[in-house]
Amino acid sequence: MKKTAFLGTLAVAGLAASIASAQSTLEQVQDAGVLRCGSNEGLAGFAAPDANGVWSGFDVSLCRAIATAVLGDPQAVEFVPLTSQTRFTALAAGEVDVLVRNSTWTFSRDTDLGLDFKGVNYYDGQGFMVNSDLGVASATELDGATVCIQTGTSTELNLADFFRVNNMSYEPVPVATNAEGQQQYLAGACDVYTTDVSGLAATRATFENQADHVILPEIVSKEPLGPVVRHGDNLWGDIVYWTLHGLIAAEEYGVTSANVMELASAPTANPEINRMLGTEGELGAMISLSNDWLVNVIAAVGNYGEIFEQNIGENTPVGLARGLNAQWTDGGLLYAPPFR
Amino acid sequence: MADITEPPRESFRLSQLLYDARYRSLTIQVVAAILIMLLLVELVDNTVTNLAALGKDIGFGFLWTTAGYDINQQIIPFSSQDTHARAALVGMLNTLLVAFLGCILATVIGVFAGVLRLSKNWLVARIMTVYVEAMRNTPLLIWIYIVYAVMTEATPQPRDFREGGSASMYLWDSVAITNRGVYIPEPLWGAGSGVVVAVFLLSLLGIFALRRYARRLQEKTGQQLPVLWISLGLFFVPAILAHFVMGRPITLEYPELGGFNFDGGIQVRNSFIALWLALSLYTSAFIAEIVRAGILAVSKGQTEAAFALGIQPNRTMQLIILPQALRVIVPPLISQYLNLTKNSSLAIAVGYMDVRSTLGGITINQTGRELEGMLLLGLFYLVTSLVISALMNVYNSSVKLKER
Repeated sequence: MKKTAFLGTLAVAGLAASIASAQSTLEQVQDAGVLRCGSNEGLAGFAAPDANGVWSGFDVSLCRAIATAVLGDPQAVEFVPLTSQTRFTALAAGEVDVLVRNSTWTFSRDTDLGLDFKGVNYYDGQGFMVNSDLGVASATELDGATVCIQTGTSTELNLADFFRVNNMSYEPVPVATNAEGQQQYLAGACDVYTTDVSGLAATRATFENQADHVILPEIVSKEPLGPVVRHGDNLWGDIVYWTLHGLIAAEEYGVTSANVMELASAPTANPEINRMLGTEGELGAMISLSNDWLVNVIAAVGNYGEIFEQNIGENTPVGLARGLNAQWTDGGLLYAPPFR
Repeated sequence: MADITEPPRESFRLSQLLYDARYRSLTIQVVAAILIMLLLVELVDNTVTNLAALGKDIGFGFLWTTAGYDINQQIIPFSSQDTHARAALVGMLNTLLVAFLGCILATVIGVFAGVLRLSKNWLVARIMTVYVEAMRNTPLLIWIYIVYAVMTEATPQPRDFREGGSASMYLWDSVAITNRGVYIPEPLWGAGSGVVVAVFLLSLLGIFALRRYARRLQEKTGQQLPVLWISLGLFFVPAILAHFVMGRPITLEYPELGGFNFDGGIQVRNSFIALWLALSLYTSAFIAEIVRAGILAVSKGQTEAAFALGIQPNRTMQLIILPQALRVIVPPLISQYLNLTKNSSLAIAVGYMDVRSTLGGITINQTGRELEGMLLLGLFYLVTSLVISALMNVYNSSVKLKER
């Protein structure tokens, strides 16, 4: 009996592994009719379920955009909450089709982990948040502090580097999730909470007394956050890349969810807009999608600027300024390659 | 009469492998073994192929690259510039520490609870029943979270210990219980403290020799020595005398409030306390049941015979019941120790940096070597468990029934 069960398990495991590599990701998603998107377990403004269990946020909108591009339905997304520890393994093992979870683009992740980062949807940097009672004005005054840190993140390595380079000591308190870090920080079990500045702002937005907590001025790292796919499926990577940059280009050319239908109804004076929206040329077909794929995407979720303002912009509780994430024409880093 | 009927020598036919009861089981075993081998080969091959398809190779070179992360609880020194292998070693030592202390505390609590559950006192017996049932019928993870939540939410921050703050230290300002851990004084070993330690070790040896001598004396003459009092005296007096003779070389460093945290002393982290207490309490419930079963397995006649000889109840337990009960208790106790050791891998829930958190967590995550990391992790727990079993089996053979 025991042996039978063992053999059965082996056979099933082998079968599952061999099936996984047979189909391309696009075919799998279209067959399933749903996009499995690896997301945060809950980070206000970026990815969090609301009271009705509907996910919304900056990262969530990108998942919905990809789902609209591939399946034509922004709701056809299954959100798989992943911890910072499990996210890359889940993606590599094929449990999710795309990972949009505040993941930093680094050399080793892009190469050694066998993953591909497809552009940057948020340019971020690591910062420190402390209680203003401590009277700390700079991160260089944190010698001897206790620091809450999410394990398995690039911030963990930056933290070690920062304190070592500045000859300071610290006591790391590893936490598994943002929620746990928030609870530890609020209980005073750590003096400092460190993660990407956007994450700190999003976390602080959920505090009762936001004014009691300051984000220190030092930004200790570059954290380009972007969507991640498995290495090797280039068509799928192209779809993710061009969906993100379609959203960015749409903002640049003034295509919004309000006017996209009007602009797509007939060719306009701007040939770039025409090619993006499929009234001219066959760009969609080149990535195995319909030519008006971007029309549906923008109609469903809006352009990059709209997504930003809705979820994390200055009029939301998270209250982030565009900063580096403005269009290149406004002095930011967002720069979509030409649709041609 | 001359021709003896020999049984006709049958030549071996292939069909005998299936139809002859002498060979059939062998055939089945060989076929099954081949099938299992084939499946294993297929499994390994499949893994390698699929990893290659993902652009991954298998290798353990990552162990010798720089770890880059820090670990808060270190038994051996560790910095972010050390290798992943050393990080794994730090994690292993943390696992072994919590497992070792957990086994001791679980045994102590378990034996108490098990004996008290058999108490004739209705209230005591019922309280222990509730304790055992509550502990062993709820998941361990919940207990870890409960202890951790109590330690972090119900205790004051280090800041509250400042003047005018709401918290104060215990035991003549030597122990501080905070939401970051418990700070206790640390002994500092000054010059000459080696002599004190040596004297202490010698007195331990003395106690051991005394007990042997006392047992021999009693077996020979029936005369009993006051072993307990002499042992206690031997335990404390020579070491303390040596301490003062050498000019008090061993001093205590008390924790003091520094910039952000307490400085000095030993910090026993909340993550460690939570894991240690939860593992001990949970496993002690199972051990209590094992102890109770062991005691009940000794027949009542033994107790009655002891009473008939005029032996007091507590001596009966000590000299007659427990030695016999141990034969029943020790084998299942081994598996409880193994369970406790393996359950310590739940450490990640409270951020205790055991081997699962370092090698099986951060290292895997930073290097992307899931398969290799998990294999090493499995190997570590396997070896640890086998060593614990071996040690406990040695003890088991010393208490099991001696057949003379």
